Amino acid sequence: MADPPTSIRRVTVRVNGREHSREVDVRLTLVDFLREALALTGTHVGCEHGVCGACTILLNGEAVRSCLMFAVQADGAEVTTVEALGTPERLHPLQEAFRDHHGLQCGFCTPGFLMTAVAFLRETPQPTDEEIREVLSGNLCRCTGYQGIVEAVRDAAERLRTQGPGLESTE
Amino acid sequence: MATRYFGARVKRNEDPRLLTGRGMFVDDVQPTGVVHGAVLRSPHAHARIRSIDVAMAAALPGVVAVYTHADLPATLAAPLPKLIPHPALIHHKTQYALAPGIVRHVGEAVAFVVADSRYVAEDALDLIDVDYEPLAAVVDLEAAVAPDSPLVHDDMDTNVCAHYTQRVGDIEAAFARAAHVFTERFTVDRGTAAPMECRGVVAQWDHKMRQLTVWDSTQAPIPIRNGLARLLDLPQASVRVIAPDVGGGFGPKIMMFYPEEVLVPYAAMQLRRPVKWIEDRRENFAAMNQEREQIHDAQIAVDADGGILGVKTVFLYDSGAYIPYGIIVPIVASTTLPGPYRIPNYHCEFQAVFTNKTIVSPYRGAGRPHGVFVMERLMDRVARELNLDRTEVRRRNFIQNDEFPYDVGLIYQDNAPLIYDSGNYPAVFARALEMIGYERWPEQRARYRRDGRHVGLGVASYVEGGGIGPYEGCRVTVEPSGKVHAATSVGTQGQGHFTSFAQIIADALTVPVEDVVITTGDSGAMSWGTGTFASRAAVVAGNAVALAAQAVREKALKVAATTLEARVDDLELRDGQVSVRGSTERSLSLAKIAVAANPLRGTIPQDWEQPGLEASRFFAPPRGTFAGGTHAAIVEVDVATGMIKILKYVVVHDCGTIINPMILEGQIRGGVAQGIGNAFYEKLIYDENGQLLTQTFMDYLLPTAMEIPEVEIDHIETPSPLNPLGVKGAGEAGVIPVPAVFAQALEDALQPEYPIRISQMPLSPNLLLQMIQRQ
Repeated sequence: MADPPTSIRRVTVRVNGREHSREVDVRLTLVDFLREALALTGTHVGCEHGVCGACTILLNGEAVRSCLMFAVQADGAEVTTVEALGTPERLHPLQEAFRDHHGLQCGFCTPGFLMTAVAFLRETPQPTDEEIREVLSGNLCRCTGYQGIVEAVRDAAERLRTQGPGLESTE
Repeated sequence: MATRYFGARVKRNEDPRLLTGRGMFVDDVQPTGVVHGAVLRSPHAHARIRSIDVAMAAALPGVVAVYTHADLPATLAAPLPKLIPHPALIHHKTQYALAPGIVRHVGEAVAFVVADSRYVAEDALDLIDVDYEPLAAVVDLEAAVAPDSPLVHDDMDTNVCAHYTQRVGDIEAAFARAAHVFTERFTVDRGTAAPMECRGVVAQWDHKMRQLTVWDSTQAPIPIRNGLARLLDLPQASVRVIAPDVGGGFGPKIMMFYPEEVLVPYAAMQLRRPVKWIEDRRENFAAMNQEREQIHDAQIAVDADGGILGVKTVFLYDSGAYIPYGIIVPIVASTTLPGPYRIPNYHCEFQAVFTNKTIVSPYRGAGRPHGVFVMERLMDRVARELNLDRTEVRRRNFIQNDEFPYDVGLIYQDNAPLIYDSGNYPAVFARALEMIGYERWPEQRARYRRDGRHVGLGVASYVEGGGIGPYEGCRVTVEPSGKVHAATSVGTQGQGHFTSFAQIIADALTVPVEDVVITTGDSGAMSWGTGTFASRAAVVAGNAVALAAQAVREKALKVAATTLEARVDDLELRDGQVSVRGSTERSLSLAKIAVAANPLRGTIPQDWEQPGLEASRFFAPPRGTFAGGTHAAIVEVDVATGMIKILKYVVVHDCGTIINPMILEGQIRGGVAQGIGNAFYEKLIYDENGQLLTQTFMDYLLPTAMEIPEVEIDHIETPSPLNPLGVKGAGEAGVIPVPAVFAQALEDALQPEYPIRISQMPLSPNLLLQMIQRQ
């Protein structure tokens, strides 16, 4: 260990509409910052090498892997996590669709799929099944065999077209 | 009853929580003052530890403690407990919390560091100086049984730890009179369950209360509690183990004990601070148990018409460096092999073998895919050699409906006789053929071929033993608020128990399903239980739930009868209200009955059994249930690249009565996806020194939404006579026959230009391409 991790920097991030400012170790990953410093444990850590997608969040509206970024790299950014989508009492249309189509079992990968799909559907409101499968192939699920997830995203596209997005209020 | 939930596609109670980031996984447990553990793991497959110097690590600012084997008390320094002994398991070697002087596989725990953060703990691992003397490693399964093999355990004169044979009938006589005997070798290599959540443990010790609380991503929290109490010399009542939301289990999250499951609680007690250890993915690849490696030398004897006279398999089972879980996997492989076929003479014999690789214990399927692969490949061989249609040779050998209960003649993994309780194999098979379009297949295949496409069809059947004992329990309570709470002894890893168990209770008590709150996996809520494994939760816990709910229903009527001064026979329970038939005024809600059932003064009648509107029941099945099914697939091969595309996949499944078809289909689809991984994408590769070369998701390929097709499912319901609900296990159904289906479909796709023969799993695009190019 050549260089002891003593570098501390201040990072200011707007997360789910609220500004947070913290002193952090420069090597702290963004996902650990969200989960530990801000106690937003909805974002999960599945592989820490950017393949599984469980840690997917929106950074300035784009779906990114929060395990592959340091918290300091998000300084000044706008972050959206699964906690901003809906509540148990009032699910987001995408979350409703996941429930209706059994798009989750253990629920560990689910927040990552939701954030990937939210960003995708905003850019591609009328996706084909092939497009859905392709975008979802960046996230791994070990429980469902993906079918319920694909159906949920297809259905959510329809719901979002007819019911409106429902995420704007949180950003 | 207004609504019946049993059998309906009820949306899951647990989803709103999990969908909104409000799940509670082990890593989400963040006690105040928590410190973080990290494990130093062996870089060698086999080495002697000459010395360990932890001074620099201990001196690093932020490090709280460093433990090696020498620091552990006697109970934790000894080999960890032996699970599931068996008379044939002569050398029941189990793993250590920390290696005592010899490491026997890459990834074995050598030291444990606790520090203020995981980051610092990992820094400290780099500062521990271990002087290893590398020893000769044995990696290859066949090499491990050679006379000159290096020994994994030097106090043994062999690497074989168990040799077990089961026989039915007279195999020699059957082979002697057979018209044909065919012999083949089949190999299945290693894979990993890869749950999306790696393992994790958090422990908190309250020194004044002398109370230990452990959150563990385990499938068996109650046995973990029992074992921890013993190892840490605490009363069971002082230890509470919670398996909170668990992000996938699939078998390997049940072990008792992984090293970290004792190290974290021990450190929390020593340090009097909460300790957390969360496995990272790289660790998970080497330190979580693996499965699947077996080599079968199999033979089938048939008469001139393809009727089976006998089957024999002699196989090697790779257990890795230790064998804590006993010989369950090879027993399950042996006993699943006969499947839905009548096999009058059968010989299965295996040797369980130590190698310098990660420990093997059940992973979804747990030997079943091997048995089915061997049997179905043998059936394909018979069909080919006798020039019979592959479906005809199977039809000729199916156990018929009037033969149940059918005694296979073996002893199953629960030490009970292997007796199929019920089934309808010909109908399941016929329905699958109908769905895949088998009748039209020859023309369709020819049409593909005219278009230059190589497309094949595969079909395979299986019997899935599950629902084994010993027992599970449930306590159902109607609280004075009217809310229904139930605690069950099994843990949940995504199977939907918060919903399927709630459905059973909601029906019995005539309340809305969303008003039934289920607690699973908490030894503080239910003290007796075994765990979620072997496709047993719905069967064993589900029936305990039904019995407890029924008892609460009866009790509600009894208590109401007292309060309403009516006879029980004159009462009815509807919409959560007990009323005297024909009267709307003489009525009591379950909430009011719950209050009446727990008076502060007076007496309670003896036949109330206990105070409160509550009952606990256990269910102990006499033996396992046996579900059955057939999978069929149409698969296209790109002969230039070895890549495949699954054009159609159908499953017809019979697991008795169905509690929730949506959940069941989810189980099957998820299993098929894992089976496709096992058949074509996933393989753990060790080099000749025992180094694991596939330790990331870049090297070990989990199938994605691009590889997994839609799976069409149909159900046939043949209830089990062994339990009140009539249910059978279904957790492993999806994964079991997939390699067998793939092998047949790929051969079909490539005949006759490329007459490949598939006898190994998993394949890969590269391997398939090599096989094609060799033709």
